[in-house]
Amino acid sequence: MDYKAKSIPAETGVTKAFNGAAERDFSCQRKPGFARPNGIGLCICNLGGDGAAGVAPGNQLELRIRFHGILHPDTMAIIETKVKDAATDELALVQAAKSGNVAAFEELVKRYDRNIFRIAQHITQNREDAEDVVQDAFLKAYENLEQFQGNSKFYTWLVRIAVNESLMKLRRRRSDRTVSLDEDIETEEDSMPREVADWSPNPEQLYKQGELKDILRKTVQGLPASFRTVFVLRDVEGLSTEETAEALDLSIPAVKSRLLRARLQLRERLNKFFRKPRGGDGKT
Amino acid sequence: VTCKDFLKELTDYLDETIDSSTREELEDHLAWCHNCYVICNTTKKTIEIYRDSELYELPEDLRSKLEVAILSKCTSRKKPTTT
Repeated sequence: MDYKAKSIPAETGVTKAFNGAAERDFSCQRKPGFARPNGIGLCICNLGGDGAAGVAPGNQLELRIRFHGILHPDTMAIIETKVKDAATDELALVQAAKSGNVAAFEELVKRYDRNIFRIAQHITQNREDAEDVVQDAFLKAYENLEQFQGNSKFYTWLVRIAVNESLMKLRRRRSDRTVSLDEDIETEEDSMPREVADWSPNPEQLYKQGELKDILRKTVQGLPASFRTVFVLRDVEGLSTEETAEALDLSIPAVKSRLLRARLQLRERLNKFFRKPRGGDGKT
Repeated sequence: VTCKDFLKELTDYLDETIDSSTREELEDHLAWCHNCYVICNTTKKTIEIYRDSELYELPEDLRSKLEVAILSKCTSRKKPTTT
């Protein structure tokens, strides 16, 4: 089975791919106990881009993972070293930027601007606002670098700034409504599945790519901001539950609760597009 | 395990952040409850589809413009404030 992880920041890429997508993919085959830190059960046999062993600081890392055996301990050691090196490199960049080295900050901008743009666009649902958020978030980060103590990852800290900027934009556009991450609009019962229909085997292939993206965008836009933000950070951007909680200043149970409800609501809303046809052309 | 119990644990189950005994209990439930089996699979698919779809791409020309704008503002402010 091949899995191609999408571009993710180099310093988190390997870990995310292991703990997120790769692990989940494998779990569907009900073979637990792989991809743990000891590497048992997973083999990386083809690394795209620069590859995990040669990824340069700031580059986006692309992984191609194939499951077919046991990860060689040497490979795992190389990957772990590279992840650690990237984290150290990031701290060095932050330190340099704190001393006024704009080139070091530029490196951080190049590393994360795509991610921040995606997050901002998901939250604000407006392209111009997202562009403003990218600028404002990085500028605010630069001006407040001294306040970054290094207790969390720089990226998590940056996401926190970007989410706050995005929510402010959203509030301005919806001046009649309060937009807050504290909003807890619906009860647990509201997320209980109403329709249980199985989906076509490869539902994403039922639509052309542009059509599919439209469906996915509109569907996620329909979620309340508090659910949408958690879903985007956790499932789209691949932050851990702990990082998401930190970025949004929420408790871990609150993140899990919102994530569950976001996932179930999206699933429910996608039913009408993806459910198995009762006979006919593949689109119900 | 009831269907409600299963749903409560669904996020941890999908994220594999659950202890092995709870996992076994949930999988026992999945083995006979078709509804939960479908909900579990379609929720998993929902996550995968979103994760694999780049819904908002930052075009390179816009990216360059934003980077120039950010860095020129940073330069004009020179050094970050020190405590």
